[in-house]
Amino acid sequence: MKKTAIAVTAALLLAAALPGCASLGGSVSPGGSVSPGEQTPLMGLEAYLDAYPNIQDGPLYGTSINVNNWGEYLDESLNRDFRELTGVTVNYGFFETNEKLYSSIRTGGSSYDVIFPSDYMIGLLIEENLLLPIDTDLLGNYPYIMDDYKNTDYDPGNRYSVPYMSGTVGLIYNKAYVTEPVDSWALLFDPQYRGQILMFDNPRDAAGIALKMLGKSFNTTDEDDIRAAFDLLAGQKPIVQAYVMDQIYDKLESGEALIGPYYAGDAIIMMEENEDLVFVHPREGMNMFIDALCIPASSENTAGAYLYIDFMCSTEAGLRNLEVTGYTTPLQNVFDELDDEVREDPLMYPPDEVMARGEVFLNLPESTRALYNDLWSKLLSE
Amino acid sequence: MSRRLALPYAFWMALFVVAPLVIVLFYALTTEAGGFGLENFIKLQVYVPVFLRSLWLAFIATVLCLLIGYPAAYILSRETPSVQNSAILLMMLPMWMNFLLRTYAWMSILEDQGLINNLLRSLRLPALNMINTQGAVVLGMVYNYLPFMILPIFTIIQKIPPSMTEAAQDLGANSRRVFRRVVFPLSLPGVLSGVTMVFVPSVSTFVISKLLGGGKQLLLGDLIEMQFLGGAYNLHLGSMISIVMMLIVLAGIQIMNRFGSREEVALP
Repeated sequence: MKKTAIAVTAALLLAAALPGCASLGGSVSPGGSVSPGEQTPLMGLEAYLDAYPNIQDGPLYGTSINVNNWGEYLDESLNRDFRELTGVTVNYGFFETNEKLYSSIRTGGSSYDVIFPSDYMIGLLIEENLLLPIDTDLLGNYPYIMDDYKNTDYDPGNRYSVPYMSGTVGLIYNKAYVTEPVDSWALLFDPQYRGQILMFDNPRDAAGIALKMLGKSFNTTDEDDIRAAFDLLAGQKPIVQAYVMDQIYDKLESGEALIGPYYAGDAIIMMEENEDLVFVHPREGMNMFIDALCIPASSENTAGAYLYIDFMCSTEAGLRNLEVTGYTTPLQNVFDELDDEVREDPLMYPPDEVMARGEVFLNLPESTRALYNDLWSKLLSE
Repeated sequence: MSRRLALPYAFWMALFVVAPLVIVLFYALTTEAGGFGLENFIKLQVYVPVFLRSLWLAFIATVLCLLIGYPAAYILSRETPSVQNSAILLMMLPMWMNFLLRTYAWMSILEDQGLINNLLRSLRLPALNMINTQGAVVLGMVYNYLPFMILPIFTIIQKIPPSMTEAAQDLGANSRRVFRRVVFPLSLPGVLSGVTMVFVPSVSTFVISKLLGGGKQLLLGDLIEMQFLGGAYNLHLGSMISIVMMLIVLAGIQIMNRFGSREEVALP
C-alpha cells in the first residue's frame, strides 16, 4: 500500500515535472510571457517621475526588482537612492562568472529583472531567446551612450542590451619580486615563478591568454588552435598556484601570489592598496570587454527594470559607479564630467595603440563551446 | 490507522526523495540531443582520476576522523555529565558558524602569507607550503566533519550499560580486554554511522577543494558543480556523475554493514 502510494505520487510528479524540464531547452518566446510587471506601461525614469510626481501613486511603488551583478561593480548606495526615488526595492545579488549567470538563468531557479552579462554571453543569451528586447527609445538617458558602443558584434542594432562599463584584461605583477621589464603574457608561463602564479578559473579567459601567446584570435573555431592552447595550459599547470577568479584580487593585493591576469578597472584600486603592483597590457593582445544591462526573458517586473537601467545611465549614477570600479564608461554625459587626469589614465582609457591589440570575445558555436569545456575539465582533472 | 498516519510521510518522501532521484536518473540517461542510453556513462572514463582522487581523499579524511574521534568519544564518555556537556558545546560551537567562513579562515591560516607562516618567519624558521595541497584539502575535511564522527560514537558508548563492563570485570577481564571484547564491539554501530557521516560529505565536497586546494585538482563535487553552474553546463553528464557517485557510496556502505554487526546498520 505504502509502496504503491509512493510510486503513484512519483509518477504523477514526474509527469508534471518533465515537460517543465524539457522546456529548459529554451523555447521562451522573445517577447516574453505575460508577467505582472508588464501590466505597468514601460517608461523611462524621467517620464515615470513626471507621470507620478508623488511616488506613492506610482504603479510600481512597493514592488521590487531582482538585480544580479558582478561583485564590486556598482556603488551599492545607489540601490537605496533608487528606492527612495521610485519606491521600487532592489534585491541585489552577485554572480561570479558569466557561465554561472547563464546556468542560473537556464535552470530557471531564480528570476532576475536586470543582469550585467558580458559581450559574448549576451550573444549566447540572445541566441537562446533568454533576453527581452529593450525599447531604448523609452530610456531618457540612452542617447548618452557613445557610438563606439552601439551596433556591437554581439548585439547588432542594440536590441537587447544597454552598455554599462567596458574594460580590458591585463597582466598584474609584483615588482618587488619580478624585477625584469614585463610586456608579455609569457610571465605567466615562466617556471622561475613556480607557485606564485594565478590563473583564471574559467576556460574562455584561461585559454584566451594561451591563444594570444600562440598569436591566434580569441574567437577561433579551429580545433587544432584550441587544442594547442590547452596544451600550453597543461604545461603551465605545474607552476600555477591556484585557478581562481575573484580571489585574484585579494591574493595579489596581499602578496600571497605575485603574478596573475586581471581586469584593469580592479587593478587601479589594487595598486592604490599595494604600491608594488604593476599592470601591463601585454604585447600579444588582450581581452576587451563590454558589460551591459540586460533584462532576462523571465523578468517579472520589466517596468521596474526599465527604470533601473535608465537610472544607471544617469550622470550621477554613472559617476558614482566609476568611483568604486575604475572601469571605462560608455556614457558621454559621465565622460564629460571626468577630470583630464582620469581621461588620460592609460588603464581606464588606454591609448589607441593599446586598444588596437584588444579583442572582444564573441559567442562561439556550440561545438566549439563543447570542445572548450571538454578540454578544460580534462585539464583540471589530471 | 497507522497506515493512514504514514501517508503524509509517504507523500513527502515521494515528492522530495523519489521524484528528484527519478529526475536525476532521467537526465543521466538522456543527452542534450535527445539520445537515450549510457552515452554519459561512457564519457565518464575521462574522469576516472577524479573519482579515484575524491574517494582516496575522503577515505584518508574518514580514517583520520576515526583515529581522532574514537578516542575523543571514549574519553568523553567517561567524564562527568557537566564536563561532557561543555565539551559537546565546545565541539558544536564552531559549527554554528557558517561553513564557508570556517573554511576561509583556514585559508588565511595556511596561506604562504598566512598566520602559521608569518609566525614561522618571525621565529626565523623556514616557511611551509601548506595551502593548495591535498593535505590542506584533507585537513579541511577533517576539521569540518570531525564532530560528525565523535557525536554518534559518543552517544553509543554512553548508552552501553555499566553492568556489561562490570560483568566482564567480574569474570576476570582486565581493562584492555573489556574494551576489546565488550565496549568496542558494542560501539560499532556508532562507528559505522560516524564513518558514513564523514565519508559521504567528504567525497562530494567542492568548496573545500576549491578554497584550500586551489582548484588545481578537481574533486567529484567540483566536477558536478562545473556541469550545473560552471561553463560546462551539461546537466546530463552532471546527473550521471552524481548517480555513479551515489552508487559507489551506497556500495561502500553495504560492504561496511557486512563488516559491522549483523543487527545494526550504518544507515537506518
